[in-house]
Amino acid sequence: MSSLPTYAGKLETSWSYSFRFICGMIFLFLIMPILVIIPLSFNAEPYFTFTPGMLALDPDAFSIRWYEDIIDNKQWLHAIENSFIIGIFSTLLATFLGTLAALGLSKPYLPYRSVIMALLISPMIVPLIITAAGMFFFYSQIGLAQTYLGIILAHAALGTPFVVITVTATMVGFDQSLIRASASMGATPSRTFFKVIVPLISPGVIAGGLFAFITSFDEVVVVLFLSGFEQRTIPRQMWSGLREQISPTILAVATLLITISVLLLATLEILRRRNEKLRGLSPG
Amino acid sequence: MADATAPMMDASGIPLKLSLRRAEGKKRRTAIMLVLPLLAFVLVTFIFPIMQMLWRSVDNPRFQTYLPETTAILQAWDGKSAIGNAFYEAMGAEMAQAMRDRTLGKVANRFNRDMSGGKSLIIKTGRKLKKLKTGPYKDIIINADKRWSDPNVLLKLKISSTPFTASFYAKALDFTHDNNGDITRLPDDERIYVKLFVRTFVVALAITIITIFLAYPISYLMASLPARSSNLLMIMVLLPFWTSLLVRTTSWIVLLQTQGTLNDIMVWLGIIGDENRVQMIYNMTGTIVAMSHILLPFMVLPLYSVMKTISPNYTRASRSLGANPFVSFYRIYFPQSVPGIGAGSILVFILAVGYYITPALVGGQSGTLISNMIAFHMQKSLNWGLAAALGGVLLACIILAYWAYDRVVGIDNMKLG
Repeated sequence: MSSLPTYAGKLETSWSYSFRFICGMIFLFLIMPILVIIPLSFNAEPYFTFTPGMLALDPDAFSIRWYEDIIDNKQWLHAIENSFIIGIFSTLLATFLGTLAALGLSKPYLPYRSVIMALLISPMIVPLIITAAGMFFFYSQIGLAQTYLGIILAHAALGTPFVVITVTATMVGFDQSLIRASASMGATPSRTFFKVIVPLISPGVIAGGLFAFITSFDEVVVVLFLSGFEQRTIPRQMWSGLREQISPTILAVATLLITISVLLLATLEILRRRNEKLRGLSPG
Repeated sequence: MADATAPMMDASGIPLKLSLRRAEGKKRRTAIMLVLPLLAFVLVTFIFPIMQMLWRSVDNPRFQTYLPETTAILQAWDGKSAIGNAFYEAMGAEMAQAMRDRTLGKVANRFNRDMSGGKSLIIKTGRKLKKLKTGPYKDIIINADKRWSDPNVLLKLKISSTPFTASFYAKALDFTHDNNGDITRLPDDERIYVKLFVRTFVVALAITIITIFLAYPISYLMASLPARSSNLLMIMVLLPFWTSLLVRTTSWIVLLQTQGTLNDIMVWLGIIGDENRVQMIYNMTGTIVAMSHILLPFMVLPLYSVMKTISPNYTRASRSLGANPFVSFYRIYFPQSVPGIGAGSILVFILAVGYYITPALVGGQSGTLISNMIAFHMQKSLNWGLAAALGGVLLACIILAYWAYDRVVGIDNMKLG
């Protein structure tokens, strides 16, 4: 595709260019919604549309008033704080439990492997509305509804499948004889774990953790059912913003979230490269 | 020299077989101990709550809790012969008690779901009975409302009072009890839930097909480009994938609304006049466009990883044997990419069927899906049994699709970015 073969005819050449044009349109479809939000968040007017001034690149048509709005608004600040608290704790819990389970799942001695895997993956498969409804009843009974702990537990459950999948995938390429080699040289199991296993699987663990974090950070259905006013997160605040009082502050928050996802994506890409380098899959 | 039949021993004199079994047992226990914490965690915080909710879809405790003896007599009654006086005496005593305890309203609300006007019937009778401490109640009950002597009403009461009920599932599939107590389908214009399920599946299927058509060209392009440029393009796929769902939904509202960017561009280009801007959001169009965009990466990623493994040599060979590029693609390349389409399709379909947020925000009236109905019954109408039954039907469909996914792709092969 990169260059047409010399035997390509006229029809093939013209098809090749129209194919690239189609692909360009599809990439535009993918990326445009995200790009369009960023300039609009600097809109001086309280609208969701481009004003004539913005199109003329008039500096007065742009402002950072919606960003100042976030800083002045206690509700948004509180929501940001909540999102990070809930995200971090649920990620730690999900990563810890998920990594242990992935280590167990990668051993060939585990009985009923496929059943266990299906159960562990299920939080990712079951529609969120069913999960949220079930958790609403159960957590209300045991007094965890409208508490931070309840939402952290719920989000941890939703995040674990991602940790299990990514760490298990890392373990597939893991050379089990390294463990034997380490043991034969006199290392205790815990020393083997920290000096041999952990460094090798850490890219997978961190990637899984990032997935778990973004799952919690982006989750709104369970929060809708489980949270009280006190535990509102960023997506919950955006949800009510979109349904009740539409203001471009949402676009400013959205731009901040896009920045966060760019950072996460970059981290993942670095991890992926490191992982390939460690395994000798690519020449640095 | 050792006897040939004697078991082989290891260094410490234990038979080798036993020693091996012990070692394997120990390893198996280690593996189980590693998996157990997460398994227990998921069972308690996730599986159990869902099971408990599904239990609500068949559980029908109100009559049994507040009118136990009445319920027992009704359940023993065959529904055809005349009901005995014992029924009226039991009902009178228990209704009077329930009225004094202020629990009769719960029973009345439950009955109203099976018979319109059932709530007022029970409350009215309860008021008449409230003051009475002893029977006979029969005449007072029938004087309070003549309907209590109507066998059809009693039949409805019998159906309403069963401790385990299929009526929520019946309702979720648009069936109802007719006057004889038999289960029949609702008349065509009253069937709402089956229509909604069908709509959900049609929309999910449409989104799956749209994402196949959008994902195939760009995956093909990325798979055939050198790594450096394909990585760059991959970022354009992964960035939306990593961006918050609500951000993406917000941006579709910005783009598609009548005063939105897309309409502005069309007016500016002169395709449409300023006065007849197109309504593209808060309807089915909005739901399909936004969901196709949101789910597209889930199609691209599996498709790309399959296409990456297809060797270009086969296509080259077919070209050298005289196939024109289109035949070569259709006969050689496409069949090899089908597993990727299968994997992506099931993934997108499963996710689309259960979607809630996007249809709720951009779907308006016509673009809502079954999840939105479940949320409605959970939060607004408070008919939790029906919400659980709708959820149960949805879950059954998803498990079927998941099983298909496991058969086609294998859950271990699931890749994320």
